[in-house]
Amino acid sequence: MRPFAYERATSAEDALARHEDGARYLGGGTNLVDLMRLGVEEPAKLVDVTGLAHDRIERTPDGTLLVGAAVTNSDLAADRTVREEFPMLSRAVLAGASGQLRNLATVGGNLLQRTRCSYFQDASKPCNKRNPGSGCPARDGEHHNLAVLGHSDACVATHPSDMAVALAALGASVRVVGRGGERTVPLGDFHRLPGAEPQRDTVLEPGDLVTAVVVPPLRMPAAYRKVRERASFAFALVSIAAALDVRDGTVRDARLALGGVAHKPWRAGRAEDVLRGAPATEETFARAADAELAAAEPLRDNAYKVPLARNLIVRTLAELGEGS
Amino acid sequence: MDSEATPVVAAIALVVNGTEHRLSVDTRASLLDVLREYLGLTGSKKGCDHGQCGACTVLLDGRRANSCLALAVAHDGAEIVTVEGLAEDGRLSPLQEAFIEQDAFQCGYCTPGQLCSATGMLNEAEQGWPSAITEDVAADPVLDDAEIRERMSGNLCRCGAYRGIVAALREVGGEGARP
Repeated sequence: MRPFAYERATSAEDALARHEDGARYLGGGTNLVDLMRLGVEEPAKLVDVTGLAHDRIERTPDGTLLVGAAVTNSDLAADRTVREEFPMLSRAVLAGASGQLRNLATVGGNLLQRTRCSYFQDASKPCNKRNPGSGCPARDGEHHNLAVLGHSDACVATHPSDMAVALAALGASVRVVGRGGERTVPLGDFHRLPGAEPQRDTVLEPGDLVTAVVVPPLRMPAAYRKVRERASFAFALVSIAAALDVRDGTVRDARLALGGVAHKPWRAGRAEDVLRGAPATEETFARAADAELAAAEPLRDNAYKVPLARNLIVRTLAELGEGS
Repeated sequence: MDSEATPVVAAIALVVNGTEHRLSVDTRASLLDVLREYLGLTGSKKGCDHGQCGACTVLLDGRRANSCLALAVAHDGAEIVTVEGLAEDGRLSPLQEAFIEQDAFQCGYCTPGQLCSATGMLNEAEQGWPSAITEDVAADPVLDDAEIRERMSGNLCRCGAYRGIVAALREVGGEGARP
């Protein structure tokens, strides 16, 4: 590992002032430190942002949830309000990583974690995300767990977060402080599709600091479900965050997002359009799934993800529909 | 070469198993490196060094954490308990006794991490934290065998002593545990 300077920021302004070219913000470190050990990240300076006052979970009078970026994954998942009012979010966080990793990992870091594509994590291999223009061995190589939606010639990586999939379905947004001041980015616009610039995971500019996640209230039954290669402590093959409001047999509202299928949490807007106003039947749910997955472009070894996603959508919506 | 550039050193203090240590550490050193190489506490193990195996698990300010991914410099002032600190006044903790009783290890390499992780996990369950398989995340969980397995999934045992580990945890903190 390359030597680096370490500084502790005392406020967002202080963090911004300490950030410079080649610096990285440090949260829990569960991904960044690992990437430094792998030689994927070689920061000259770490600016520790875990000491900032962004470590609280608050509720506004209208029911909106404000989660500070330095809140640990464990504290978010165990929070009473989150468990009672946003159980899908709690469940999604608990579906990720292990107990001891969640105790270190922060909400901001969870959003900004990098892909677990094996070529990205191996500094001896070409990778357009790590080394733009070097090529993408995953496209014709080991890609059984990579993207089926929204990928590009340059990159077929997936975003690994569970939490972000729930936040996408919840219509959350991300508070960011940068050189130009504070702004709020809808979660759906926060992560990018790879296009020709897979080195950019998000719309953040250098030095931008995530300070909080804002989650509007959700008043309908919701679920998070994750399919993976072992029962626990594994990344998603496909995951789903879904919410369904059914009245008198008709879908009044629906929220759907998929994980493990794309470079970003995949908000399934086409499926939602099919669902709204339609009868709450398996036929409708299947039609919604097909509408969303029509855009899928599976690679040689990950075509299984398309029927897996379809089945997951249909089954999860059917269960939510039954509960209404 | 960058990798041969001058190390950056920082002064930190750590309270490890109740004893305060003032140390000058390389900013690259993990808590695990400091425990093993600076303080000679070799109970915590370097299995994968990537947060995947759990052999390095310690209690960091009361919570279980992978010491391999925690930079020591970022935890100045922290209180750490390692496997060497679980016994009190020369008496093994009830969990350690249960590991012996239930044959919860074979080679023993993962055991320090299992013990620290289990200690932290039982605290989490006592505080009512849910897990990914808790039926109703808003309710207080019941620590049955499935819950124990889910909550301990961050600790691998290549000998496959999982049955004994689950039995030990059931005995100490599980559903129907002896009071």
